[in-house]
Amino acid sequence: MDVTLTVNGAQRTLQLDDPRVSLLDALRQRLDLTGTKKGCDHGQCGACTVIVNGRRINSCLSLAVMHDGDEITTIEGIGQPGDLAPMQQAFIRHDGFQCGYCTPGQIMSATAMLDEVRQGWPSQLSGDLGPAELTDDEIRERMSGNLCRCSCYPNIVDAIRDAAQGGDRANAEDAA
Amino acid sequence: MKAFDYYRAESPADVIGTDARPIAGGTNLLDLMKHQVETPDRLADVNHVGLDGIERDGDGLRVGALVRNSDLAADPSVREGWPLLSRAILAGASGQIRNRATTGGNLMQRTRCYYFYDLDTPCNKRAPGSGCSAIGGVNRIHAILGASGDCIATYPGDMAVAMSALDAVVEVEGPNGRREIAATDFHRLPGDAPQRDNDLQPGEMILSVRLPAPLGGKHIYRKVRDRRSYAFALVSVAAVVVMDAGRMSTVRLAFGGVAHKPWRVPAAEALLQGQAPSPDLFDRAADAVLDGATGQGHNDFKIPLLRRTLNAVLAEATEGSK
Amino acid sequence: MSDPIEVSLTHRMNFPDKEDLLDRTAQGILGTPMDRPEGPLKVSGTATYADEDHPPGTVYGWLVRSSISKGWVTGFNTRDLRAMPGVLAVIRDKRMLRNPAQGQASKAPYQGPAEIFYKGQPIALVVAETFEQARDAALNARADYDDRSAKGVFVPAEAKYEAPRSQQASKGDLDEAMDEAAFAVDVEYHTPSMSHAAMEPHAAVAWWDGGHVTLRGSYQMLGSNKAELADALGISPRNVRILSPYVGGGFGSKLGISHEGVAAAIAAQKLGRPVAVALHRRQQFETTHRRSESRQRIRLSCGADGRMTGVGHDAWVSNLPAESFSEPVTQATPFTYDGENRQIGHHVGRLNITCAGSMRAPGEAIGVPVTEAAMDELAQAAGIDPVEFRLRNIPEKDPSSGRPFSSNRLADCLTRGAESFGWKDRRENGARREGEWLIGMGVASAIRVNMLVPSTARVILLPDGTARVETDMTDIGTGSYSILTQIAAEVLGLPADRVTTVLGDSDLPQSSGSGGSFGAASSGSSVMLAAKAVREKLAKRMDCDPDDLTLKDGYAIAENRRRTLAEVLEGDTLQGTGTIKKGLTSVDHQQACWGAQFAEVAVSTVTGEVHVRRLAATFACGRILNAKTARSQCIGGMIFGIGQALHEEISTDARDGSFVNRDLAEYHVPANLDVPHIDIEFLNDRDPYANPMQAKGIGELACCGTAGAIVNAIANATGERFRSFPVTLDKVLERLG
Repeated sequence: MDVTLTVNGAQRTLQLDDPRVSLLDALRQRLDLTGTKKGCDHGQCGACTVIVNGRRINSCLSLAVMHDGDEITTIEGIGQPGDLAPMQQAFIRHDGFQCGYCTPGQIMSATAMLDEVRQGWPSQLSGDLGPAELTDDEIRERMSGNLCRCSCYPNIVDAIRDAAQGGDRANAEDAA
Repeated sequence: MKAFDYYRAESPADVIGTDARPIAGGTNLLDLMKHQVETPDRLADVNHVGLDGIERDGDGLRVGALVRNSDLAADPSVREGWPLLSRAILAGASGQIRNRATTGGNLMQRTRCYYFYDLDTPCNKRAPGSGCSAIGGVNRIHAILGASGDCIATYPGDMAVAMSALDAVVEVEGPNGRREIAATDFHRLPGDAPQRDNDLQPGEMILSVRLPAPLGGKHIYRKVRDRRSYAFALVSVAAVVVMDAGRMSTVRLAFGGVAHKPWRVPAAEALLQGQAPSPDLFDRAADAVLDGATGQGHNDFKIPLLRRTLNAVLAEATEGSK
Repeated sequence: MSDPIEVSLTHRMNFPDKEDLLDRTAQGILGTPMDRPEGPLKVSGTATYADEDHPPGTVYGWLVRSSISKGWVTGFNTRDLRAMPGVLAVIRDKRMLRNPAQGQASKAPYQGPAEIFYKGQPIALVVAETFEQARDAALNARADYDDRSAKGVFVPAEAKYEAPRSQQASKGDLDEAMDEAAFAVDVEYHTPSMSHAAMEPHAAVAWWDGGHVTLRGSYQMLGSNKAELADALGISPRNVRILSPYVGGGFGSKLGISHEGVAAAIAAQKLGRPVAVALHRRQQFETTHRRSESRQRIRLSCGADGRMTGVGHDAWVSNLPAESFSEPVTQATPFTYDGENRQIGHHVGRLNITCAGSMRAPGEAIGVPVTEAAMDELAQAAGIDPVEFRLRNIPEKDPSSGRPFSSNRLADCLTRGAESFGWKDRRENGARREGEWLIGMGVASAIRVNMLVPSTARVILLPDGTARVETDMTDIGTGSYSILTQIAAEVLGLPADRVTTVLGDSDLPQSSGSGGSFGAASSGSSVMLAAKAVREKLAKRMDCDPDDLTLKDGYAIAENRRRTLAEVLEGDTLQGTGTIKKGLTSVDHQQACWGAQFAEVAVSTVTGEVHVRRLAATFACGRILNAKTARSQCIGGMIFGIGQALHEEISTDARDGSFVNRDLAEYHVPANLDVPHIDIEFLNDRDPYANPMQAKGIGELACCGTAGAIVNAIANATGERFRSFPVTLDKVLERLG
């Protein structure tokens, strides 16, 4: 069966002989987009996070065939060396990673998470379920679906806060 | 993962009455299929059948089976009228999983019992008649209420616990038409057929969940677990308490992590209803909830934990309302 | 291009460094918080890990687990599996591993998939055209067994313990000291089996070219891994190349060649095609190493003046039969605190559960938190502030061996740390409450032995004045790419962007590898020596003494002459090779890294949940090579300590030794919300006995002590002592009124 995905803005058609292929394995093994990582293959770590139709999901817990016609953004579509997105630059600046394996998932998750906050989505810490202020604890809670065994969490929080508060400005200063 | 046939259903009619297994978010089903705990022959992708709206239903709300957990939790009317449901959903899983998981799918979530997941050990839920490895095994996360000699697994979710407390109704359709199941009765006790998690019959599909009119009052979902986020409940307490002139005019309680289904004890609610709050009364309510509670060894702590958590939740719910 | 001009320097650490070269160089890049040079690759998904960048035609393998705990495989449904779609091979080769090699083994570990020693042991590899086909077939594998599981030993209480003579020690009379002491504690602590759970599960892809195999894998020590793989396959190490340019976390789990590497190589040879084998997360938990559980008896005594008179530490750990490794729990105890009367005991039990091996700071990671908790108990008994009690008992020299310390900054760390943390605000046990939460503060010393391991590197200065660093060192997240770049840049006076560091290829000069926190010091010293050899050659070309040469920003400056390096090189390439070896300074001095850790916790009086509200630490570990990556290492280590204190435990079924919670949903590594703000402070420090850079290990030191500080804080909050890790809420609940 043919599955057509729009990946990072480009239309890709996969001839899938097997419906068992997860979205994650389709990206990694069949589209050679290995930036999306496999940490557990069961939705327990977040390393495989991609953005599908504007929302972050675990690509390991989805079949590729279920995404025919969907728009998918992977880490490769967020920014490449020489043209990194503010969130990626903030992760470098704050050392929001060590081994780097969970990092693409963290960045995808953080990127979509800020969008969720902009839409006013509450979290379990948002006491009155009203629009959330992006406190450090709110960042921590909303990023808890991305495990980091090197345990860069405090730096990840710093990076996301920085990117959310205008990483662009900081980048401009860095570049200057 | 066993090979299966896949098709994309265009409407509920493509699924109802068939032997196909509906897959929506896939967050639990694919997890289990990868371990070959679940081995469906046919998968019906129901992501495109509609049923993804939240609409007014008199004073209540009808939530389509395909509404994602994130959308349900963030929905302004749910936050306003049924905040318990938002809180329960937000206490579960992660942002990524909630973006995929659906209302219907979450009701179908299966247990996290270690042995259910391990093909090399006996499990009556996975392989009826093979035995229960959790009894006499590692059972820290297992049931203290309503368990049987054949199964001590728990229902692991949060959303359904809130739905039970809110007297939600699950609307299903099968080859013989539509029917309604109270959320509290949707999940079963294991008895001697633990392979059946719930009351959904072959060929039936969940269409929606109906929330009755808002109760008002305080809505508290307190989830106790080993990690502060992204962990299953050891014990959770869902409570709605409406105070009127210093008395609890309405009380709804449901408990997660302690049984094969969201645990609801009308006797405990009746005991509190109409009464002025007091620690002694809360304790008697806990007695009623824990009537018949039995530990399996590693999970004995859940009995005092449930009592203490319930007491604290009731204290919080009635605080300052005298 | 002409052949490079080769120079070399080999240095054995027989004497303390007096040259202070890195304090005299001019570039000023070393020690700065430079961003990781590989950062752009890692944040964009373009850094390639083991199971990536597959050669064309790669097929997939999946390991089959044993469903029994002890016995023999007597039959296998190979024919059924071969008939399944896409299946290419079912491999049960006697060279397959029982368990991964231990760190620095340099030979194959126990081999043979037919005899079963623990549940989940790999017994076969199924290879198929696609990943999905291989997984399906492997899950349908059925073995016949001669099942001897009934004779298996699965719980420590039933194990037979050996007490290797070389691992027992005593001095004076501890029993008498305990009897006569004004205050004494004699307590038993338990720590559980734990798992490294690096985010990248072990994976390898192998392909052959004639008799030569190349393995892309996730390994920490390529020099010994090459020897291990060669030994396992029965070929010469010259015919093995291992590539590990990026390693998705190790923590000791990837020290030795593992199942997937050997199985992939065997399958690739058999099929004549590249074969990729990735461990499933559950296989990582049950077939790679665990940290051993431990039972620890601590005996401590002191006089009325709070001066210690006795220290006893006995440990019981376990491993599979015939494994030589045993968690060196008591490693830091002989030299941490004073006391005339001392006893060390070490006991190893044999269990039929997953192999035990090195996990981040083997020994101290579980030994130090326990002794630090017992120290707190003694301080409390003696009525002395815990920081003050520790300060009173820091020895002048190693109290067991009598050796001097190369450096002992424990007192400085405790004093400075207590001040920064606000230790003076600590109240009596159980005295601080906020709503339902009891608040407490705790302290623990952090101690980890410091090591140096032979390491070689090449630094090539190219005619255009740029440099390349080459060594088979790995970067497992520790910052090797950063610090090796900085060291070469510092010594050669180059901006960091003119230095390229190439790592993770076993064809490059053999380094220490990453392990035991010796990687930075060892591989760093080799790079420094290689660059120094080049520097000396440059001095010659500048007609000056190396001491009179200034190298900065790509210029060579001597007296009043200033030339670009390209001008000095005149088209030549200078290739320096540096080798560091340990020597007498490791023997005649006790070397260690030091720190003090502080924790503030909140304990719910309702549920028994413990939240860590604040962590802080002060460390002294020699020269800091990169302030940013060093801090990250410390944060990571301390968060490991949060997991150890509060969450992490492999739950073993006592009936068959299986690990029931072998995934990331039920084995709880800390998540983001579990982690508070963490303050890290490094003391300005140098240890000239350690190595020519005067730097020491960091990554492991940080996880030695944190769990002690946390349980001590819990004791301060609640007034209750918890002697079984992790302190989960059920244990707290049991003691709450």
